[in-house]
Order: sequence, then structure tokens, then C-alpha cells
Amino acid sequence: MAMAEASSSAEGLPTSVDLVEEYNASGVAEILDELDRELVGLKPVKQRIRETAALLLVERARRAMGLSHEPPSLHMSFTGNPGTGKTTVALRMANLLHRLDYIRKGHLVSVTRDDLVGQYIGHTAPKTKEILKKAMGGVLFIDEAYYLYRPDNERDYGQEAIEILLQVMENNRDDLVVILAGYADRMDRFFESNPGFRSRIAHHIDFPDYDDKELLSIAETMLGRQGYQFDTKAAAMMSDYIARRRRQPHFANARSIRNALDRARLRQANRLFEESAGPVDAQQLSTITAGDISASRVFSTVEPNHPEISS
Amino acid sequence: MRITQGCFSFLPDLSDEQITAQVEYCLGKGWAIGVEYTDDPHPRNTYWEMWGNPMFDLRDAKGVMMELEDCRKAHPQDYIRLNAFDSSRGLETVTMSFIVNRPDNEPTLRMTRTESRGRSQHYAWETQR
Repeated sequence: MAMAEASSSAEGLPTSVDLVEEYNASGVAEILDELDRELVGLKPVKQRIRETAALLLVERARRAMGLSHEPPSLHMSFTGNPGTGKTTVALRMANLLHRLDYIRKGHLVSVTRDDLVGQYIGHTAPKTKEILKKAMGGVLFIDEAYYLYRPDNERDYGQEAIEILLQVMENNRDDLVVILAGYADRMDRFFESNPGFRSRIAHHIDFPDYDDKELLSIAETMLGRQGYQFDTKAAAMMSDYIARRRRQPHFANARSIRNALDRARLRQANRLFEESAGPVDAQQLSTITAGDISASRVFSTVEPNHPEISS
Repeated sequence: MRITQGCFSFLPDLSDEQITAQVEYCLGKGWAIGVEYTDDPHPRNTYWEMWGNPMFDLRDAKGVMMELEDCRKAHPQDYIRLNAFDSSRGLETVTMSFIVNRPDNEPTLRMTRTESRGRSQHYAWETQR
């Protein structure tokens, strides 16, 4: 049967490809749905991922029909403030590219400057190569990539790592995908001083900050995953907390929320210890109350509607 | 004389695709791959020169192939072999080894005879170019 299908055209190649069917068969739909379901907000990011998936599907269809195809360069840069989900999305991206047969293995190797740059002359090249070998067939995610380049020190070994990276990004395009990530303004400066990177990276994806509503829903999902929930007052208190926390320095979006929740759990445990006279039930053990949140330092230092106190 | 040692050595030389497939098999088993080279293929020469460290934690054969490429560039007229090391407890040994590069004209192994005390004779193999 397979042979009869394949021999429908003279060269044994199919004459038409049903893109919808391809889409369903590749399992990409699941990943995109999962992305929509599990990641709150991030509209522009999801849009770009969809576009990338479409591009790869078309590319695959072209290949199946024997049309000329040049594998697209998929090196990316993720820019955005801390805690906006860059690493999480990179993980999903690796999975997606694997499903679309763009990369062979689909694992993510996450590194920072320390993993690539050596400490003495001749140490950097083997170290960088080691990482690159591990990343082959998958995605190399370089967090805070701008630290690779130190303009104040011209003998910095980072430059060597950059050169090796650029070479591999060019020559091994079908073996791995490099994703650079970092804060937007610093990444811009990094690209300015390393034009080689700018020209080799086609996809710049910007991660927007979450708004208060999105952060609250992230908080609820996080708690849900840990088997906790807010009571009604606590949810209101949490949204108040988010509004105040945002105006404090070092606000790191979802990461700040995670830390706040960890502290709330700490207070909840403490409260249960001090208050409980008899046995506690599962309901009590898994409920965060308003008091657990309102004890936070944020409430005593930041007024609800005075943004000028923020820094 | 064609030196035969390790796996596949009675077969024609493996192509790069075939080597890649073998490496994929090894990685699938969780073995670490090491690249080694030598100019002396004598069977008693067990320890070949290492080309870098054995590669643990690889996911894809491409990493090995890159090293092999570099090694071939540096030693085109040497023997190069890939060793697959199984680190699981109780084994901890090389489980698979095959030659992936040979010089254009290979040395021959010749039997030599030496007289020793009391008219006894010792035989040994000698590599000859």
C-alpha cells in the first residue's frame, strides 16, 4: 500500500501534501495546545512559535515533494526581563523542533558564561567544544549571553568562545540550534558589538512583562501544582501583593511570585504549628490564607498607590 | 597486510554514515565514546594514544564525528579506533571497539625467532613497514 501511494508521480514523489494532515500527524498541535494551556500570557511569543512551526511544516512538505529546500536557520535570541519564561519556552521549543524533525534529539543544554569560557589560555576552546558536542542534535541555550563579551577587557577569553560559537552556528546549522537569552537592553548592546551574531540570528523574540492579572493566574497555577490553594481573601490579598511588589526594585515577574509563594508556605506552616490545638485536616494543610501573605515585608514598605516610593 | 582487530575488521571499511550509525547505537546503550590513534597496530600494543578525553554525556553521534574528523586531519596516516566504554557497575570496561581509519599502506606482522639460553627458541610478532 505504501508503495502504491509513493509511486503516484513519475519520480516516486507525492504530487500534493495535505498540510493539515501533516500538522496533525507531526504532533505539533499537542505542543502548541500545551503551550497555550500551561503558559499564561506571552501572546507575541506564542505567535512567533506558531509561525516557526508553520515554516518548518511547509519546509518539510517541500522536502517531501522534492522541491528545492534550504534548511532555514533557526538560531534565536530571547530577550525579556527576568522571570518572563525564557528558559521554559526554550524547553518547549526544543521539543517542538524535535517533533518537526528539525533537530535529531530534542534535548536542551542550558549554559552560562562559566560553562563556555576557560580560566587560562588554551582552556576556552576545549571547554566550549565540550559543551557544543553535548548540545549536538539538540538546543544550546546560553543564558545571559552578553557576559560572553567583556568590552572592558580586550584579552578576555570570551571572545574566543564567541568565535567558536559563530563557526559552529554557521557550519553545523542542521545539527544544533543556538538560543541566546538575556535582558533586552544588554542584548542589544551585545549584538551591536558582535555583528557576527546579529547576522546569524534570524529570530529575535521579545518576552513581554506579565500584567497583574496574568501574574495572579500564574500564582494560582503554581500553587495548584504544589497541591495548595488560596482561600477567597488570600486571592485578593495576593493581587494586592503583586501590585505592590511590582513597584519594588528587583522585581522578577514569575520568579518573584514563586519566591513569594515559597515564603507564604513557610508562614502557613509556622502558623499551623503555633495555632493548631488539635489535629489538622488536609484542607487546612493545603490552604494559604490572607494572613500568610499580608505578613510580607512588601506590605509595610510599599504604599498601595504611591509609585514614587518604589526605588 | 590488513590489520584485523576489534569489531567489523573483516568487513570493508565503514563509511561515515555507518560509523555514525554504530556510534548512535553505542550512545543509545549509554556508553561513552573515546577516540584513540596509534602508528603501531601490534596486537600487544593495547594502549593507544587518546585523542582528548572519552566523551561522556553525549546525546548525538555528531559530537563524536567532529572529534573523529579532527583526529583524521591530524593523523591521516595512523590507525584510529573508537572505543565504547560501559560504565555500569560491575562492567566498567570497553565493550566495543572498532577501527575507523587506516594508513594507506599498512605495516605487516612478521614472525621473528630469537635464540635464548639452552638452545630454546622464542617466537614473537614484529610490526614491519
